[in-house]
Amino acid sequence: MRRNGAPDPLGRPSALPDPRLLAALASAKLAGAAIRRLGRGGGTAAPGLVADRLDPALLTKIARRLERGAVVVAGTNGKTTVSRMLADILEADGLRVAHNRSGSNLVRGVAAALAERATLGGDPRADVAVIEADEAAFPAIVRRISPRLVLLNNLFRDQLDRYGELDTIAKAWRAALLTLPADTVVVVNVDDPGLAEVTRDLPVRRLAFGLDEPDPRFHLAALPHAADAATCRRCGHDLDYAPLYSAHLGAWRCPNCGAARPPLAVLGTDVHLEGVEALRMTVERRTPPASDDPGGDSPFERDEAGPGRAAATEGDPPPGWSAGSGTGARPPLLLNAAVPGLYNAYNVIAAVAAAGSLGVPDSTIARALAAFRAPFGRIERVAFRDRTLVLALVKNPVGFNETLRMLTLASGALAVPTLIAINDLAADGRDVSWLWDVDFELLADGTAPLSTTGLRGPDMANRLKYAGVPPDRLRPLPADLRSALEAFVETVPPGAVGYVLPTYTAMLGLRRALADLGAVETFWKQ
Amino acid sequence: MTTPPSSTGLRLSIAWLYGTKMNIYGDRGNVLALERRARWRGIAVETREIGLGEPIPADVDVFFFGGGQDQEQVAVSADLEGAKGEAIKAAVADGAALLAVCGGYQLLGHEYRPHDGAVLPGIGLFDLVSEAGLERFIGNVVVDSPLGELVGFENHSGLTHLGPGVEPLGRVRVGRGNNGKDGTEGARLGSAVGCYLHGSLLPKNPAFADWLLAAGLRRRYGPVDLPPLDDTHELAAHASAVDRALRTR
Repeated sequence: MRRNGAPDPLGRPSALPDPRLLAALASAKLAGAAIRRLGRGGGTAAPGLVADRLDPALLTKIARRLERGAVVVAGTNGKTTVSRMLADILEADGLRVAHNRSGSNLVRGVAAALAERATLGGDPRADVAVIEADEAAFPAIVRRISPRLVLLNNLFRDQLDRYGELDTIAKAWRAALLTLPADTVVVVNVDDPGLAEVTRDLPVRRLAFGLDEPDPRFHLAALPHAADAATCRRCGHDLDYAPLYSAHLGAWRCPNCGAARPPLAVLGTDVHLEGVEALRMTVERRTPPASDDPGGDSPFERDEAGPGRAAATEGDPPPGWSAGSGTGARPPLLLNAAVPGLYNAYNVIAAVAAAGSLGVPDSTIARALAAFRAPFGRIERVAFRDRTLVLALVKNPVGFNETLRMLTLASGALAVPTLIAINDLAADGRDVSWLWDVDFELLADGTAPLSTTGLRGPDMANRLKYAGVPPDRLRPLPADLRSALEAFVETVPPGAVGYVLPTYTAMLGLRRALADLGAVETFWKQ
Repeated sequence: MTTPPSSTGLRLSIAWLYGTKMNIYGDRGNVLALERRARWRGIAVETREIGLGEPIPADVDVFFFGGGQDQEQVAVSADLEGAKGEAIKAAVADGAALLAVCGGYQLLGHEYRPHDGAVLPGIGLFDLVSEAGLERFIGNVVVDSPLGELVGFENHSGLTHLGPGVEPLGRVRVGRGNNGKDGTEGARLGSAVGCYLHGSLLPKNPAFADWLLAAGLRRRYGPVDLPPLDDTHELAAHASAVDRALRTR
């Protein structure tokens, strides 16, 4: 409603047709239909390109007509999972949700997703939009959509050949956030010191989330090699962590200047991982303290609206706690989710924080998360030749480390035969240097054979050799994914489980090969 | 890092300059390659990370210096000014081996000139200057060098110009190299090498890794014959990287 009231830039009443928007939407729909008729899947960006050319303001115009506004989700890891969790929760709450579910997360992909759903008159046919944004496209998407809520999950190094250095991305994000109106809510993982700095003293409402997990099994003794320099963003000194959970995420503090993780308004605790299947955890919401703490950071600094002002749509007060209300905590929320690993605990906290801020009742959140299934490639099970293959996408050092951690926690020192498939096509990142930042040393003590394939399979095998994996466990297989798959399956005993860890395009190729060879996706089907 | 005892009586001391700060493109694989290839031959290895404010030890055989982000590079440049930079130059003059990649390479020249902001002084080990360019060179690189064929991955917008006091490491067969114009890649002064090659470089260029090891050991022990290793995986990785370089650029 808030965005609805914005005046039309050309001064027209919004009920009258907008010829430019009409032309753009019509063309996008035609292009989309043509692509579907040709059977070219995944061509979601082309209609967006057409629409964007005809009316560059299309995204802005449609987003403005969303009753409940838009949510933009960004982060190096987990943005697809979190945005789907949030979209599912909002749907469970009875809202019509527009969502770039295909994962086309550049400006054109987002425009295409909204255009496809909208009427020719520009009615979005949705109450709310949940938009997953690519790191590099985030500033442009935020400027065009002016979301009511922004969710920032983490910022790790990823495909430096494509995104450039983290400093550059962080600066661009902050500049975009500075353009948002004061009643925007920014839900941010402040366990990430970089994101805490990106969102510090913004003239919007910050809702800080993070982990507060006492179980030492989830604590790291030292920064992993994949971690980005964990230095204080204000004074440059090395940070202390008590504890460190993952990569550079944790309860950080600068021993030099006293900067520290801001107080958490939403926190995850009591995490229990159930193998590669699921997790249980508790999410607590706290009344944020006053905004005059010594670090200058509070979850709600510059909350000029004051207590009592709900972040949810006015006239529709949320049934309890909401971001920025300052009116108190809800009872702890016990959650089950069919997603594995500590990294998914962060995703759950993020989704709960955002959904709560949007006024969704706890019971609805818990129900939607219990029914949630991981998106493409994140974790899938496939029945193949009397074996069960567990497929998990790997795409950057932090994500790969967390996957290895999950697999070794699930099965001890890796006892399950594993195939790692590394491609270096544009969508994977041309540079395979990142493999040297992954802690494959975790695999050195296991017993299971490790097979490698893909265009850079030999690099992967060599990496494992230097990680200390004994030569008799290394099985370098041909680059051809189908023949590698067939050879790999022979290393898995009948009836047993094998792990398959591919990069993005290798995942696509392996799925094609599995389908050709008659494999059946089991109960993880979307 | 601790080390198993030496079976040859030889030991090698590696200094990893600013290891946690200057390590953004998997460059730690270079340190791993030096350590493993020495230990597989029964040579004891000690690796020390030298951070901001920490002095250069007197007994270093091989230095490694990787690339960092802009913010870190400014702090490192300031830290190298004076005694620390002089100690590195003295060690190299005394025969220590050195490998520097990307940002580390630039800081071993005379200076780095950004588009805006102050010039970053280097220590002048190599007779070269670097400046910010307008284009980013990104992709696989194949270099023909007197030390053999090298393959790696470049990702830099800085342009490096060699002076008369330094040799190029080699000439680019695939890729852009030092500055995209003169066909050179990297710089070499005795046993010290700087270059733009990530990848990691040494694990898939094993002959070059051994050349650095041998150079580092020579200072303490005189000429050392390194027994050959089974480099099947290394050479396969090298061959596939060269193949991808030819297909992607």
